Amino acid sequence: MSQPFRHGDGDRIDRTRPLTFRFGDRVLTGFGGDTLASALLANGVHEVGRSVDLGRPRGIVAAGVEEPSALVQIEAPFPEPMLTATTVELYDGLVAQPLAGRGLLSSEPDPARYDAVWAHCEVLVVGAGPAGLAAATDAARPGQRVMLVDERPPGPGEATPAGVRRLSRTTVVGYYDDNFLVAIERRTDHLGPAAPPNAARQRVWRIRAGRVVLATGAHERSIPFPDNDRPGIMLAGAALTYLRCYGVLVGRRALVYTTNDSAYPVADALRSAGAEVVVADTRLGSRGVPPAGNPPAADLTGARITEVFGEQRVICVRVGDRRLDVDVVLVSGGFNPVLHLYSQAGGRLRYDEDLGALLPDGCRQRVDVVGTAAGEGLPRCGPPPLPEPSAADSRTFVDLARDVTIADVRRATSAGLRSVEHIKRYTTAGTAHDQGKTSGLLTSAAVAAALGSSAAEVGVTTARPPYVPVAFATLAGRDRGDLFDPIRITPMHGWHVAHGATFENVGQWKRAWYYPREGEDMAAAVARECRAARTGVAMMDVSTLGKIDVQGPDAAEFLDRLYTNLMSTLSVGTVRYGVMCGVDGMVLDDGTAARLGPERYLVTTTTGNAALVLDWMEEWLQTEWPRLRVWCTSVTEQWATVALVGPAARGVLARVAPDLAVDTASFPFMRWRDTTVAGLPARVFRISFSGELAYEINVASWNGHALWEELVAAGAADGIVPYGTEAMHVLRAEKGYPIVGQDTDGTVTPDDLGLGWAIRKSDKDFVGRRSLSRPDTARPDRKQLVGLLPEDPARHLVEGAHIVERAPLGPPPVPYLGHVTSSYFSVALDRTFALALVASGRQRIGTRLFATLDGELIPVEVTGPVLYDPKGARRDG
Amino acid sequence: MMLITCPWCGPRIEIEFHYGGEAGVAYPENPAELSHEEWGRYLFVRANPKGEFFERWCHSAGCRRWFDLRRDTVTHETGSIG
Repeated sequence: MSQPFRHGDGDRIDRTRPLTFRFGDRVLTGFGGDTLASALLANGVHEVGRSVDLGRPRGIVAAGVEEPSALVQIEAPFPEPMLTATTVELYDGLVAQPLAGRGLLSSEPDPARYDAVWAHCEVLVVGAGPAGLAAATDAARPGQRVMLVDERPPGPGEATPAGVRRLSRTTVVGYYDDNFLVAIERRTDHLGPAAPPNAARQRVWRIRAGRVVLATGAHERSIPFPDNDRPGIMLAGAALTYLRCYGVLVGRRALVYTTNDSAYPVADALRSAGAEVVVADTRLGSRGVPPAGNPPAADLTGARITEVFGEQRVICVRVGDRRLDVDVVLVSGGFNPVLHLYSQAGGRLRYDEDLGALLPDGCRQRVDVVGTAAGEGLPRCGPPPLPEPSAADSRTFVDLARDVTIADVRRATSAGLRSVEHIKRYTTAGTAHDQGKTSGLLTSAAVAAALGSSAAEVGVTTARPPYVPVAFATLAGRDRGDLFDPIRITPMHGWHVAHGATFENVGQWKRAWYYPREGEDMAAAVARECRAARTGVAMMDVSTLGKIDVQGPDAAEFLDRLYTNLMSTLSVGTVRYGVMCGVDGMVLDDGTAARLGPERYLVTTTTGNAALVLDWMEEWLQTEWPRLRVWCTSVTEQWATVALVGPAARGVLARVAPDLAVDTASFPFMRWRDTTVAGLPARVFRISFSGELAYEINVASWNGHALWEELVAAGAADGIVPYGTEAMHVLRAEKGYPIVGQDTDGTVTPDDLGLGWAIRKSDKDFVGRRSLSRPDTARPDRKQLVGLLPEDPARHLVEGAHIVERAPLGPPPVPYLGHVTSSYFSVALDRTFALALVASGRQRIGTRLFATLDGELIPVEVTGPVLYDPKGARRDG
Repeated sequence: MMLITCPWCGPRIEIEFHYGGEAGVAYPENPAELSHEEWGRYLFVRANPKGEFFERWCHSAGCRRWFDLRRDTVTHETGSIG
């Protein structure tokens, strides 16, 4: 007979809609409205899997999210590991597997769509039971946005109060500061393969609520006894839910085992449905006699289960001195109001002796707890009774989901642990998918018993989000695939791509790294690019350099306060290199400042630091110097910039800038000129990051591509070569120019970098100046930037390699002198070289040190950082 | 996820802001005149109270203005400074 345990019409199922599903190798049927658990129970299936550590058979314990043990793996339509059978809504064609321990993640990408929404409301009610419905109805009035959120599917005949926005199949999983709550709506899970592919499967709701009402009900808890994990042993209230909501009689011979009055109506209902029921109440004497008018009375009082027979399914139990043949044991150890969200909100809990449960005790946030969650209607009940210590303790479970027994708890307390939080971490009790919803207080009671304390004193562990497991796919939503981080490209990017450039990421920018020609590897391409810059002419897209326009009557004063050198003494038309320090005296950034007018400067920053430097400027202007009349704006993307570099650069520029006098006397180093280049309005800077004669030509960004093409054409006769960031790095390193962020790490002063010359001589303060005379920053043995030449000119050092004084290393601790910050092969020097930060580096120039490389020690000679053209003879071409 | 009231833009979600540490630590008038210890205190020493704290925030994804905020470091209750 199909579904032999169906009995009557459950109010949630639709008997006109039969559904077929597979569980393991069995094909079974259920009805619309069933959960997987209710359909299994209707077919007489209790055992659904095996426990995670001990591999013991486990069955269905509860009827909702609190389920500790009935974990299944869904195979179709899409594989999902470790779902509770009690929350999976049945659909036609569902395929589930019993779970032995852990589930398996799918190796296929999830084809479903997920999304997210924001909502704001005056009142958010969590839970649509009687108390929640009443609260929502009370709150609803014009102008009030009221949301009612419930984790279950909409029940038959359940009306949504007028003026209330209701979300069903939606679980609030987190409650954060300022009444910010996160809920997960399961929109199409219950449709299975029939889910429309264009609909988001699940949706994250981020809700900001003026006031929150928690009507979250209560979870029943179990009672520890030996082998209390056998399939067929379940919560009494769950049995009633299966009967009333799903028309399922969970067993025909039931023992109801209770510490309180709530289980008596369960026994009554099961008897009415035709089951044989014996009620065993753990209470003695008068407390054991249920209140008048609450029939039937207990068959056994002061009774304890001492033995359970049957492995895959309970078949018999020993209660006191009686042996009872049963097919289910229905347990009630009292109730835990569901206060996870309340705790997350910062709510305090107090232990109520009458109810043997924790109740809300005040919260700083605007939240009310109503109904059962506030303890209303819960039965009087003590803490869960524990068996006398015995050898069976290692089979007496407090947390089924984690296979934690009373013996485990005692082992933890014997190891000296006292706090329930520590015991949680030691035993893992309460850390499974269910977070100990049915077991938390059992663990606390076991701890209390072991320590001779009380459950009230021991308390429970802190509830943390999420309240139920949430799939990462849901949280990711549509944010899959490429990162949201913007990809920034220059106006010349298309040319770089078309000419085979490889790219590197610099901050958010894509920068051309090198331009390999047919048959060239990276080393060959970079060598060719470097050679062109040093011997002919080369060009580079430097549009990404940060550019900040600083204007106002106090602009000069402002820059004097931020840069180590004076910018107020610059005359209009000139440019100066500048270093910026943090208040701690450490190098923050470097760049150039060009004086465009008496009250206007253009400053440049390192590519990756542009936003940081603008923030830095605005912070000082707003917080410390609000009286300075200065305005800063980013103009990085308003300009496209090309560096034209090499001894032949002057000739190329002369060809495209007929109005510009390019000789050194007319246009000396560190000057800028406004002119026309290739017919485009341009500003040309004579600055160099390679030591060669160089111009940086700035045009409006929309002219950038045209300028680039014109320069390529104008330089063709001289064999102009475009070069990328790698060659730029080599060229600047040959000259000992540091790159902030590569050769510095926030612990490096200007003097450490050899930039002492860039610190002003006048007494006028700049940010960080005082720090440069602190005893630590003035130490002579600070790490200083030096050059390193491997004795074998073919050996390439690794950036980050440690520097040590002698080889072999000798016994530890080996003094660590510093590390390699930049390392390249130099065409100009025809050898490898490196820059490094080395303790007392400048004093060590001329000495021999060693750099580590894969366990080998490479001998190197310490040199000054400037390895090429130390006299600066090449900058005028 | 705190709701922070920007004095210019009103209540906005925490992720629009960035944090700037303790409020009211002014850049010294004449750093050169400070002892190493006094300067070190300015650089490195900040209050870390349990409870009420006055701190700097910047509405970095909004109006980009800095402002001071009172925050309880235990409860995360915030309020603007009058």
